[in-house]
Amino acid sequence: MRVIAALSGGVDSAVAAARAIDAGHEVVGIHLALTPDPAQFREGGRGCCSLEDARDARRVADVLGIAYYVWDLAEQFQADVIDDFVSEYLAGRTPNPCLRCNEHIKFSAVLDRAIDLGFDAVVTGHYAQREVRDDGVVELHRAVDATKDQSYVLAVLEQWQLQRSLFPLGADPKTAIRDEALERGLLVADKPDSHDICFVADGRTQQFLRDRIGPREGDFVDAETGQTLGRHDGTFGFTVGQRRGVTIERPRADGAPRYVVGLDASTQTVLVGPESLLRVDVIDAANARWTIEPAHNGAELAVQVRAHGDTTPATVQFNESGLRLTLQSPERGIAAGQTAAMYAGTQVVGSATITGASRSRA
Amino acid sequence: MTAAYAITGNASSLHASGRQARKLVEEARETIAGALGCRPGEVIFTSGGTESDNLAIKGLFWARRAGDQRRIQVITSSVEHHAVLDPVEWLGTHEGAVVQLIPVDSHGQIDVDALREMVAADPGSVALISVMAANNEVGTVQPLNEVVAIASEHGIPVHCDAVQAAGVLDLNFAIDGIDALTVSSHKVGGPHGVGALVAARGVAIEALLHGGAHERSRSGTLDAPAIAGFAAALIAAVDQREQTVARIEVLRDSLIKGVRHVVPDAVLQGDPVASGRLPGNAHFSFPGCEGDALLMLLDARGIECSTGSACTAGIPEPSHVLLAMGVDPELARGSLRFSLGSTSTQADVDALIEALPAAVDRARRAGRPRIRISSEA
Repeated sequence: MRVIAALSGGVDSAVAAARAIDAGHEVVGIHLALTPDPAQFREGGRGCCSLEDARDARRVADVLGIAYYVWDLAEQFQADVIDDFVSEYLAGRTPNPCLRCNEHIKFSAVLDRAIDLGFDAVVTGHYAQREVRDDGVVELHRAVDATKDQSYVLAVLEQWQLQRSLFPLGADPKTAIRDEALERGLLVADKPDSHDICFVADGRTQQFLRDRIGPREGDFVDAETGQTLGRHDGTFGFTVGQRRGVTIERPRADGAPRYVVGLDASTQTVLVGPESLLRVDVIDAANARWTIEPAHNGAELAVQVRAHGDTTPATVQFNESGLRLTLQSPERGIAAGQTAAMYAGTQVVGSATITGASRSRA
Repeated sequence: MTAAYAITGNASSLHASGRQARKLVEEARETIAGALGCRPGEVIFTSGGTESDNLAIKGLFWARRAGDQRRIQVITSSVEHHAVLDPVEWLGTHEGAVVQLIPVDSHGQIDVDALREMVAADPGSVALISVMAANNEVGTVQPLNEVVAIASEHGIPVHCDAVQAAGVLDLNFAIDGIDALTVSSHKVGGPHGVGALVAARGVAIEALLHGGAHERSRSGTLDAPAIAGFAAALIAAVDQREQTVARIEVLRDSLIKGVRHVVPDAVLQGDPVASGRLPGNAHFSFPGCEGDALLMLLDARGIECSTGSACTAGIPEPSHVLLAMGVDPELARGSLRFSLGSTSTQADVDALIEALPAAVDRARRAGRPRIRISSEA
C-alpha cells in the first residue's frame, strides 16, 4: 500500500512509520502544521506543534529514508478543534480536543487529502489495535499496554476510517517502543511523552480560555437549596467534579467540601454541592459514531468517560435525542461535552458526546 | 578542488604552507575577477549569497550614514530574495532606516518611473539602492542599466544580488557600473558555503565581521579549497555561458510549450518574452492546485521542482514575489518553479510533461473542499 505516516516528531509515530516500511508499504512522512504562528507554541518536546517537533519529524524521515512534507492544516485545526474547544467551554461543556482532532483532522482532513493524492492509508503512533475480520470488516481494540491505551481517543472513528488507518504499536508496551526507536537510530527515543493540550502553550488551560472569552461573572448556587453562595468569573473555569476554585467563604453546615455539580452557561451559574451529588448513573448522549454498526437497543456494554478512566457496565437505549446509557453502578463527575466510549470486551463499539447526566434514584 | 584539500596552511599565515594556500586564494580571486569583469582587489570572499547581501546592505548603509547623517533611506524592490529584504527590514527596525520598496508590474519587473520619483523626492537622503539582477522565483530580468543611471546622477551606490544571474546573464562589473555585486558559488555549480561580494574600489563598506580583517571589510579564516572550487566553477560557467544558455533556452521553451499543451489553464508567471527571463526558469501557477501537493506528486515521479518559500517549520507560504506582482493569493498557492541547468536534458522535460496532467488532476481533487455528513445516532 501507499501510506502516509503522520510524524509528530515523537517516538511513537517514528516507530509506527518504521514498522510500516518494514511491512512493505511505500511510506511518505508528513508533519502537520496546526498553527499559523508556531512561535506561540512551546519549544520543548511536550506538545505536538513546536518548531523543535517539526525538526525532529524531518530528522525521523531522514533516518528512515522517506520523503517528508509539511501539511498546513492550521485553518481547519483552528475552526474544528481550537474554536470548538473555546465554544464548548463557553457553553458550559467540557470538550476533549484530542478526540475532535482525530475526528476532524487526522482521520478526516489528512486522510481525505492522502486518498486524493493517491495514498491508501494513514499510519499513526496511536496505541490501539486493528483486527481485520475474514469479511474484511475492521475491528478497533484496546492496546495491550493498558497504561498507554489510546482506543478512547480513537472511538470517534467509523469503518471507512478504520479501513484506511494503521496502528502498528498496539501490541507492544511503550518501553519496547522506546527500545526499538533506540535500536533503529531514531534520536527521538528519549523524548518525553506528550500530554496536556498541544495548543495551550504553557499548560494553563484556564488562562487560555480567559484570554479568549474574557470575564463572565456569575453566581455559585447551592444545588440543594438554590441559595446564592458567592461569585465566580466564568463558568469556563469549572468542570463537573472540580473542587479547586470553588471559593465560597461560608462552609457547609456539615463541614463537607463543596464540588461543582453542574454548570448553566445561559445564566453563568455554577452549581455546587456535596460529593454525593456527583455520583450519577444515567448518561444522555448524542452524535453517536460506530466503528462497525450501531449497538442494538438494550445492548450491555462497558462505558468509559475519560481518556484514562475505568469502564462501567451499562445498558444502551436509543431515544429521540440520541441514546441513554444506564450505568450498573454510579460514576463520579461526568460532564456534558465529554465523550462516552462504548466497549464490548476490548473492542470499541462506538462513542457519543455526553449531553447530560443524572441519578436514577434520589 | 580535491587537490586543494591537501594544502593545510592558513591563507593568512606567512609560513610555506600558508603561502601555498594564499596562492590558491589569490589565483581564485584573479579568476573570479576575470570572469566578472572586476579587479581582484574588489572581490571579498564570504560564506555565500546571504552574507554577501548582508555585508553589502548593512555595510553600505552604515558607511553612507557615517558620511552624512541624512542618508537613511534604503530603496529596494518588493521582489528581492529574503537575504536582501530581511537585512533591509532589520535596518528599518533597528537602525532607523527608512525603507522604500519599488513596486513591480505583473511580470515582476520593477517600475523604473517609481524608482526615479522615490530618488528625486530627496536624493540626499538615499543611502543605497539594491535591485537584483534577475528574480530567483519567476526569473524576470531587471533593468539594471536604468537603475544605475538613476543612482549615478546623485552618486548613490547600487547593490545588486546577482546570485541567479552569474554565469547565466552577461555580467560585467566595470561596464555595468554597479558598486556592489553578490555572487554565490553553489548557483554556478561550485561548492556550497562560499561566495563573494564584489565591491568597487573606493566604495566604503562597514564590516559585519570583525577579527583580523583577513579580507577587506570581512574577517574570518578563508576556506581556500572551497574558494578554488568556486573560481573553477564560475569561470567554467562564464566560458560556456553562450552554449549553455542556447541549449537550456530550447529546453525551457519546450517545457513551457509542453506544460501549456497538457494543462491549458496553467498560468506562466514572469516575463513571457524569452529574453526577459532567466534562460533556465519556467514558473507556472496551476489554478485549483496547492503547490505542495503538486510538488509531492511530481517528487514521487522523480521530478524535482520547488514551490517557493517555506517558513522555519516548513509550512508552505504564498510567495511574496507573486503577491507583489498582484497574483491572486489563491492562485499563488498553486505555483511551481521549474529550473533547468547545464545538466538538464530533453528527457527530463519529457518526463515532466508526461507526469504533469495526472499530478494536476490529483492535486485539484485534493485541493477541493469536501462536505461529509457524519452519521447521527
